[in-house]
Amino acid sequence: MTNALRRLYFVLIGLFLAMPLIVVAGVSVNAKQTLAFPPQGFSLSWYGQIFTNPEWRSALVASVILATTSAALAVLIALPLSWFLWRRIAPWANIFQVLGIAPFTLPPVITALGFLTFWATTGFYGQAWTAVIGHAIFFVTLPLVTLSLGFSAIDRSLVEAAATMGADDRTIFRTVVLPLIRPYLVSGYAFAFVLSLNEYIVAYMTVGFTLETLPIKIFNALRYGYTPTMASVTILFVATAAVIFSLVAKFGDLPKLLGAMASEEK
Amino acid sequence: MKRERPQSIADYGPLFFPAGMLLIFFVVPFGTMITVSFFQRQEGGFYTPAFVLSNYERFLTPFFGGVLSFSLMLAVTVAICCVVLALPFTYLLSRLSRRLQVFWLVALLSILSLSEVIIGFAWSTLLSRTGGLSNLLVAVGLLNQPVALFPSFGAVLTGMIYQALPYTILVLYPAIVRLDPTLMEAARTLGSSPVRAFFNVLVPALRNTIMATLIMVFIFALGSYLLPQILGRPQHWTLSVLITDQAIYQSNMPFAAAMAVFLVLVTLGLVALTLLVGRKGEKA
Repeated sequence: MTNALRRLYFVLIGLFLAMPLIVVAGVSVNAKQTLAFPPQGFSLSWYGQIFTNPEWRSALVASVILATTSAALAVLIALPLSWFLWRRIAPWANIFQVLGIAPFTLPPVITALGFLTFWATTGFYGQAWTAVIGHAIFFVTLPLVTLSLGFSAIDRSLVEAAATMGADDRTIFRTVVLPLIRPYLVSGYAFAFVLSLNEYIVAYMTVGFTLETLPIKIFNALRYGYTPTMASVTILFVATAAVIFSLVAKFGDLPKLLGAMASEEK
Repeated sequence: MKRERPQSIADYGPLFFPAGMLLIFFVVPFGTMITVSFFQRQEGGFYTPAFVLSNYERFLTPFFGGVLSFSLMLAVTVAICCVVLALPFTYLLSRLSRRLQVFWLVALLSILSLSEVIIGFAWSTLLSRTGGLSNLLVAVGLLNQPVALFPSFGAVLTGMIYQALPYTILVLYPAIVRLDPTLMEAARTLGSSPVRAFFNVLVPALRNTIMATLIMVFIFALGSYLLPQILGRPQHWTLSVLITDQAIYQSNMPFAAAMAVFLVLVTLGLVALTLLVGRKGEKA
């Protein structure tokens, strides 16, 4: 393709991807509570609303707590599992790798409904911590994939050297393995964190009637009509994701990470 | 340290916590859901243990048939549109400088991670009477006065393509990056135009990847649960929307569970098909 054509194609796809966000960004700075684009007047007060309006603020706090804890739990599940699979020859244990990837591959409604029936049966339905477990299981795929990649990149002779010098498993893990896989650990956490922040259906089906996360709050608010705070929250979310993924790209190898992810998913 | 077989129970130590979590909180809920799908629904939203097939019998109604065929048709359309758009894009992307590639990858990931709620809201804003696209069309003269462009089938389709396109590109990306660059160079040296080389060399070389990607995007689109609700009318509801609706608003958990089991079977069948296509690709 000629250069001009190629550039045109990038511009068109870029426009398609950016257009809704540009309009939402425009709407979010309207001076009055109207859904108008181009915006009428300029005001950042709708961004302030996220932090000052008690309802939006509590949704923000709930989302951040949920994302921080569930991503941590996901990493706690993924780390020992991928360490074990790398360290030992136990082919049957690969079943747990498959179980970790399954919730992410299946349509999300299925995992959500599984949790709904499970928590309803066990009597914990609606408790805030059930959403933490829900998200941790739903997103465990991400740290699992990044960590498997991280482990496969470790030169085994390094570990062997440590073992020869008399280090036991625990010491090897702490002093050799952990520093080597730290970037993969962090990016796995980052992916799980961002996706948990945005997740709707699992949170809705587990704690939807007792706790409002930001996506749930936006959806509930949508039913009663439009408020510009939705627009400002949207922009806040896009910006957060872009910042976090840029950091992952800065400190890690994003093309390599993504290459591994897609091939794992198949 | 070579990889060793586990010798003692202690060697299995690291496995306990992850295995326990996955078994208790994924396998058991999954089993619960399957069990509930055979339960008897009671009036008032409760259900009692039983073994009835009535929840599955409801699949035979024309209403369910309509929803199912609409879901499949929509997901196929989304998958085809996305792959057609993404294939040249991903190829061009893989030829960019590393810095530009990373920029696009960050942008694609940011959009991919967006909640369906947010995508639905963003498109409903863009397609609303006062919000942008409609005004633009009036300014160009295509419309006489601003109108709301949703709810409509076009809006649902556009929203779902928007949601699935970054996913499609990121699924194609590794395969295309790994593709031997000399293939295209050879075609060019032999006098083929870039467009011709793309269709006659690149597309056939990626045939299996394209098939696998189509299936994966199809599964991804089947999972869309909010966009048809926000951007469409009730006749545009898909199986995923119907499951949510039955579980939450109609309080008919057994029927929702039966539909979910059905959706799992469809998905697993497709995953198996993807693996088969992938294996054939390796042999070739």
